[in-house]
Amino acid sequence: MQKVFGYPRALTSKRTHYCPGCTHGIVHRLVAEAIDDLGIQEQTIGIAPVGCAVLAYEYFDVDFQEAAHGRAPAVATGIKRVHPDAVVFSYQGDGDLASIGTAEIVHAAARGENITVIFINNTVYGMTGGQMAPTTLPGQKTTTSPYGRDTTKVGFPIRVSEMLATLDGPSYIERVSVHDPKHIIKAGRAIRKAFEMQIAGKGFSLVEVLSTCPTNWGLTPIKALERLKEQMIPYYPLGVFRSPEEVAEE
Amino acid sequence: MERVMMKGNEALAEGAIRAGCRFFFGYPITPQNEIPEYMARRMPEVNGVFLQAESEVSAINMIYGAGGAGGRALTSSSSPGISLKQEGISYLAGAQVPCVIVNVARGGPGLGGLGPSQSDYFQATKGGGHGDYHLIVYAPGTAQEMVDLIGLAFDKAEEYRNPVMILSDAIMGQMMEPVVLPEMREVTADQPWATTGKKGRAKPNVINSLGIVGEDLERINIELQEKYKKIVDNEIRYEADGIDDADLIVVAYGTTSRVARSALNMLRAEGKKVGLLRPITLWPFPKPILSELAAEGKRFLVVEMSVGQLVEDVILAVNDRAKVDFFGKLNGSVPTVREVYNEINALLQKGGA
Ligand SMILES: Cc1ncc(C[n+]2csc(CCOP(=O)(O)OP(=O)(O)O)c2C)c(N)n1
Ligand code: SF4
Repeated sequence: MQKVFGYPRALTSKRTHYCPGCTHGIVHRLVAEAIDDLGIQEQTIGIAPVGCAVLAYEYFDVDFQEAAHGRAPAVATGIKRVHPDAVVFSYQGDGDLASIGTAEIVHAAARGENITVIFINNTVYGMTGGQMAPTTLPGQKTTTSPYGRDTTKVGFPIRVSEMLATLDGPSYIERVSVHDPKHIIKAGRAIRKAFEMQIAGKGFSLVEVLSTCPTNWGLTPIKALERLKEQMIPYYPLGVFRSPEEVAEE
Repeated sequence: MERVMMKGNEALAEGAIRAGCRFFFGYPITPQNEIPEYMARRMPEVNGVFLQAESEVSAINMIYGAGGAGGRALTSSSSPGISLKQEGISYLAGAQVPCVIVNVARGGPGLGGLGPSQSDYFQATKGGGHGDYHLIVYAPGTAQEMVDLIGLAFDKAEEYRNPVMILSDAIMGQMMEPVVLPEMREVTADQPWATTGKKGRAKPNVINSLGIVGEDLERINIELQEKYKKIVDNEIRYEADGIDDADLIVVAYGTTSRVARSALNMLRAEGKKVGLLRPITLWPFPKPILSELAAEGKRFLVVEMSVGQLVEDVILAVNDRAKVDFFGKLNGSVPTVREVYNEINALLQKGGA
């Protein structure tokens, strides 16, 4: 009998510290499955962020570097320049990537740095206890926007995928969601495609994954998935913002 | 072996290449621009990487990635840029990533000036970023030493898995001097801890400075302190010139050591008993020799282009057993040979009082 489903080889057997119902775990699995499918476990080097995924190096069974807050794309650049044949990916939250690390992500994308970025957008700072993120939705309550995000005072959320897609450097940018099995399968495909782009030497690829933070949203895991679908997707539309075809045409 | 005339900055850059450095990440700032510009020309010739980063913050994190991946990586900057790199330097020290960082120092605080300065001494030798850590810090005194020390810096960085700093300044960087360049070195150092992809290894390699679980952080710090002790025991370097019969010893490094040497040569020609102690490693500091000389009854004059930073280490080393005087120039000006000569003469006339 052929085995059609199992535990990904690219994950360690360590139990994660993620809260129940948190979608970080799902995305870890999707990344690990892509690594397995492509047979690249022995040549992959990951970069962990500062954020809830700071311990990602404990969960992935691949070489890893833990970066300072927001600096993962610069660290990835250094690694990739030393090992051009390695598959290098960073895994970053929205505070990490879209606030403190905006310079690093924009310039890595602009350079067309041949790396892959897995970007977790959960509209809050999870690890530090639910503060406002650059991606927090208008009106959304967080511990530092207790009356709801007031766009007249703190401005508007950043749509990272759209913003980076204005640059010429990236080869592939897609926004996906993990709120139901159908979308999880799609998200897995996007992540795999992003790695394939890198392996083919096409340059910068990024997958933005709309995710949940039930703990800091104050919702049950099920309600959190509903919120993602009903409130986040309208503001952060799913889709491909930059595609290989587009690159090929140029 | 070739003998050529080179600016300090360029001598350092070529020295790095010949020592096997193949990865340079930096951001423009005066007075160190000759280094990235030299690297931009030279790296492609040796199949190396030159990359102008978007900021010093990014450059130092590229160094973290490259050094952690086993590459011989160099970054250079000047004072305001070195301040920006401090976060990354703390991470490099914590994660024990070898690399070399050059500070072609200029005056501060703030945007400061473009002239030479030694006011980054505290920042270089006492940590600079957060946490209990040390860099090995070399202070070259000639263009030749730029070449020699940059090679040594890469070797020591890898030997101890520790970031190394070269503390230079605007004069040292811009000055032309003859240098003898070493042969090109092939570096095939195996870094079994580096992130290369886990091929052939059962366990992944991880570059990391996080220690939140249990007593991890204490263990990391104990390990670091044991390493620093080894460095203190084995890596102190200094030059002593005419100290045996000296009554007064000038302590100075880099640019001011050159000025002091000229003044001391004049004084010795007049029969005065004076000497020079020039720290080559600012950390580890040549404390034992200073302590010994103090016990022998010598007195000291520290000459610096700052309001007094090196002098604190000399006072600590001497520990009340000898008199320590200070002659400093504030940022933006360099002491002249005549000024130092006069200062020493005045002290000699005052005697031990
Ligand atoms: C320089 C610096 N500033 C602030 C912090 C504190 N900090 C840790 S995690 C974090 C935010 C993480 O949020 P996000 O990137 O959205 O990831 P999540 O935890 O939601 O997955 C912050 C601000 C830090 N570690 N370093
Ligand atoms: S705080 Fe939020 S993002 Fe972090 S593990 Fe818990 S649910 Fe996930």
